[in-house]
Amino acid sequence: MDWSPIWLTFKLAGITTCILLIMGLAIGYWLSKGNSPGKLLVETVLTLPLFLPPSVLGFYLLLAFSPGHGLGKWILNHFNIQFVFSFPGLVLASIIYNIPFMVGPIKSGFRSLSPALSQASYTLGKGKFQTFLKVLLPNARGAVITGMVQTFAHTLGEFGVVLMIGGNIPGITRVASIAIYDSVENMDYAKAGNYSLILFGITFILILLIFLFNRKYAQSPLE
Amino acid sequence: MIRIDIEKKIKTYEGKGILKVHLECPIPSNILITGPSGSGKTTLLKIIAGILRPEKGKIQFEEAYWLDTEKDFTLPIQQRNLGFVFQNYALFPNMTLLEHLKFGTRDGAWIEKLLTMAKMETLTQHKPDQLSGGQQQRLSLIRALSTKPRLLLMDEPFSALDRETKTHLIPELKRILEEINCTNLLVSHNPEEHDYFPGIHYSIKAPYNENRIARNPLD
Repeated sequence: MDWSPIWLTFKLAGITTCILLIMGLAIGYWLSKGNSPGKLLVETVLTLPLFLPPSVLGFYLLLAFSPGHGLGKWILNHFNIQFVFSFPGLVLASIIYNIPFMVGPIKSGFRSLSPALSQASYTLGKGKFQTFLKVLLPNARGAVITGMVQTFAHTLGEFGVVLMIGGNIPGITRVASIAIYDSVENMDYAKAGNYSLILFGITFILILLIFLFNRKYAQSPLE
Repeated sequence: MIRIDIEKKIKTYEGKGILKVHLECPIPSNILITGPSGSGKTTLLKIIAGILRPEKGKIQFEEAYWLDTEKDFTLPIQQRNLGFVFQNYALFPNMTLLEHLKFGTRDGAWIEKLLTMAKMETLTQHKPDQLSGGQQQRLSLIRALSTKPRLLLMDEPFSALDRETKTHLIPELKRILEEINCTNLLVSHNPEEHDYFPGIHYSIKAPYNENRIARNPLD
């Protein structure tokens, strides 16, 4: 059996989760402070991928990053990166698609902390960054883990947006969900069954492990 | 000398009001703040700490200005060298008792001294959720003292302590405050605690209330 779709899927989920973790911490913390109209607007835009059909998002990304014109052409000329039908494109689409899954829990986590915690830290002479690192982040740990689990698991199951921008190139953009679809199209149900079972099993074990290790802190995505 | 001269709009249960405080005390001293519920005692402590900002006013501690709204100047909280005992303790759920103190100071001997004062030597590895209400309150107090502050702001700091604990703790606390030359500002409802800290008594009157006449049919 060709393992590359499985490997590619986990590589994509891992990279997406790592990049989004850093972005999510910054954006989630920023959004948790206050409710200005600007923040409301940003939050609305960031929540869009939750409700838009993945194919719509994929279609716009395909247009935006098409190497023939506009932004895609500019990026190709200046950085020699082509997002369409390439792995970096999958990562980019994945990041955009998963923003609400990471930012949402992290924002709620920070917002649920009493403002007195940071105030107490400031009176002890600590600056904002140290307060964030030593007080806020450890106490929002459950929310951060929830965001990571959601992002990772959700990336494993991506289909529409990945197919639109990445296509179905073996070893480059053919992730497990697409390999399953492709096998079914070719009437190869055994292969589709194998991929499905592996994806199902690994995802199940992964989420179970994370919840076992963090039973005290992690919140179920269903909560 | 500590000089406080501030005005801040506050919300009370009766509507909007204005907190006006004018206070001048020598350093070090014991300052007791009393006043009816909702008169702005906690707000005053937070303004002095730099957590809240008044619309108008100046705060001066010794030679240094901490706040001058006319010049749009506010000294960051971190540079005020003060300790704050929050009414709800504001302990860090992720840290053990010892980690709370180490977050404020690296001076091991000082930490030992604070632990002895609070009689908490055996609880150093406990996290806040493993401590009783009284223990949490004592931790909040010694955490505030960990940085050897010049000014200690205490918001109902003994409310969860039984009489026996208070009888031991308060004289010890006073000794430590004298040792580090620390001025303390205490908000308390309990007249018994007032006797422990003889000094300057400042009473906040019920804030001037714009809505009171309209709201109260008996007036």
